[in-house]
Amino acid sequence: MFKILRKEVLNPTVISITVEAPHAARRAKAGQFVILRVDEEGERVPFTIADADPENGTVTIIYQVVGATTRKLMELEEGDELADFAGPLGKPSEITGENVVVIGGGVGCAIALPTAKAFHEAGKHVDTIVGFRNKDLVILEDEFRNVSDHYYLMSDDGSVGEKGLVTAKLEELIKSGQKIDKVIAIGPLIMMKFVCALTKQYDIPTIVSMNPIMIDGTGMCGGCRLMVDGKMQFACVDGPDFDGHKVDFDAAMSRNRQYSEKERHDYEQTCNLLNMKEGQ
Amino acid sequence: MPNMRMDKNPMPSQAPEVRITNVDEVTLGYTPEMAIDEAKRCLGCKHKPCMQGCPVNIHIPDFVARVAEGDFEGAYEIISLTSSLPAICGRVCPQETQCEERCVRGIKGEPVAIGRLERFVADYMREKGEAKLAAPERNGHKVAIVGAGPAGLTAAGDLAKLGYQVTVFEALHTPGGVLMYGIPEFRLPKSIVQHEIQKLRDLGVEIVTDYVVGRSGTIDELVDDGYEAIFVGSGAGLPNFMNMPGEELKGVYSANEFLTRFNLMKAYREDSDTPIQHPTKTIVVGGGNVAMDAARCAKRLGSEVHIVYRRSLEELPARKEEVEHAMEEGIIFDLLNNPVAVHSDENGSVKAVECIQMELGEPDDSGRRRPIAKEGSNFMMDADCMIMAIGTSPNPLIRHTTEGLETNRKGCLIVDDNEMTTRDGVFAGGDAVTGAATVISAMGAGKKAAAAMDQYIQKKVRTA
Repeated sequence: MFKILRKEVLNPTVISITVEAPHAARRAKAGQFVILRVDEEGERVPFTIADADPENGTVTIIYQVVGATTRKLMELEEGDELADFAGPLGKPSEITGENVVVIGGGVGCAIALPTAKAFHEAGKHVDTIVGFRNKDLVILEDEFRNVSDHYYLMSDDGSVGEKGLVTAKLEELIKSGQKIDKVIAIGPLIMMKFVCALTKQYDIPTIVSMNPIMIDGTGMCGGCRLMVDGKMQFACVDGPDFDGHKVDFDAAMSRNRQYSEKERHDYEQTCNLLNMKEGQ
Repeated sequence: MPNMRMDKNPMPSQAPEVRITNVDEVTLGYTPEMAIDEAKRCLGCKHKPCMQGCPVNIHIPDFVARVAEGDFEGAYEIISLTSSLPAICGRVCPQETQCEERCVRGIKGEPVAIGRLERFVADYMREKGEAKLAAPERNGHKVAIVGAGPAGLTAAGDLAKLGYQVTVFEALHTPGGVLMYGIPEFRLPKSIVQHEIQKLRDLGVEIVTDYVVGRSGTIDELVDDGYEAIFVGSGAGLPNFMNMPGEELKGVYSANEFLTRFNLMKAYREDSDTPIQHPTKTIVVGGGNVAMDAARCAKRLGSEVHIVYRRSLEELPARKEEVEHAMEEGIIFDLLNNPVAVHSDENGSVKAVECIQMELGEPDDSGRRRPIAKEGSNFMMDADCMIMAIGTSPNPLIRHTTEGLETNRKGCLIVDDNEMTTRDGVFAGGDAVTGAATVISAMGAGKKAAAAMDQYIQKKVRTA
């Protein structure tokens, strides 16, 4: 069992938990993920590692409540235990390039942060562009500022930072003549797709972190397959980082919707169950 | 006098029309009377040909003789001398190409039903509540096993019996490997697998789940942690696909994924958190046991199921029993066909599978007649689900993170006659070495490796 040592609500639907998981913590690096199960009946769900403390044997993940599993996860408090927590899985991000722009979208910022931090700690020049729908959803602002040479905050509605998409800010930086060796984009597939479309025009190498549906996460089931440069790749062992200019995003978006109907049903079921509990 | 009946006592089974509506075990097992009657068919041959066909060298005529006498406990003791997992082997071993193939009774008529008897004895003892085996005295040496599948569990059992302190590292949340995620409940009930694993724990074997060797820790770290010999039984790896258009569509599964959802995650249950598609028409590509398992799982989800295989019935690599069971359950065999493309509906889901007809030419390297596509014979099969069961390629995690561990062209670990890899003290067996094979060959490799690991450590002790 894996104990939740700390729980922090970052915004109404985004929660950070720090879990006692010495095996996963010991070797965890930016870009890697864990697979957890909430309870003995739970499904296996991958979460990217937001932070790890090898000395204290803890791993932090940040998640958005979107389905049955995250809904159940949200119900757990400090001191409660998770049935399973395996990792670190996937290849660590390559920390190469002197001048990089790290882009985070929504809850993807939780994953973009350790990457930005790794570049910063390696002495690289790091600019970060983060985007949220509105000011209530902003997370990790101080943390990003601490590891960034420049921090650009964008919002869809202009309620915080600048109004506009992350791609608008990126294009502005590119056009200003700033030297950019590499862009790392982490967020919704649609955001990563448009970042890649933009950087391709300017021939700037771009890495994306893919988050397909997985079961085992160790190179067995093949559920996480993606088409990259026309070839089949497995996110769990070949990724999750890939050359964004070669990823077939449309196929990835379609595959991620495979169980959306069942997920919606389960999510509502879970909500109903919880409401019943609360009603008692 | 032996019982000279020419055929085996038939196996009681659930009727096909009933069993496709549940996931309970298909075959029900012999009664004590049937077992005794069947055991009496054994001639007790002095040269024991059957034993030579057994990868784990079970003393077959001896245990069968005990069954004939009604001494089931005695029979179990004899089996346990060499096999740690009889309830499993009795169910999933291909006896028809091993022990039973060599049975003298099989020359005229059917061989003695050795597999069914093995299963009966193991089930009898489990139901009776066999006495717990006491953990043997420890010899002060510790060994590590990577992967809690059939190879690793067999090695763990044998080494624990020899007094080693055994730790098994398992990547998934449950030990058992393919016995849990691959082989369906209706062929091998999971409670039986867990019972056998509990017996290993009673012997003192420690099992660490959620530990991915190659990621959570490395082989080198295990060496540094004082494990004097290590066995790698990491199993088969990533599923193969055919590199045809449309394999990324929704509704296309690897057999590994489909079976893992169904078996390990119990997605067939309404209340399971893990989703699985409930298809209306499924095409399973491949002709091995895994293809049969996937087809029969899809059937139990209510689907019409077709097996598409590029050769003919004669070349089907699956066990005859599995093919028969599948046919009884109404699975349709579309043989001498091969898929060439998967076609999509407007939502990116499978709508149809385009196939081409095949014919058999001259035998190839495998000795089987080579399938050749008939030019221009393409046709469409409607389907909303396709399951690819055409084998796997070894998992890259351990070989990529371990210096000096050599693999062959296909990525399988290279071992010597003692199952030792190219790294001193690191042994391996099962699918990680052979590529996708059977449970019993993995158990045989685990057994052989355990003996070699014991010798390796004892030799070191003597020369120290």
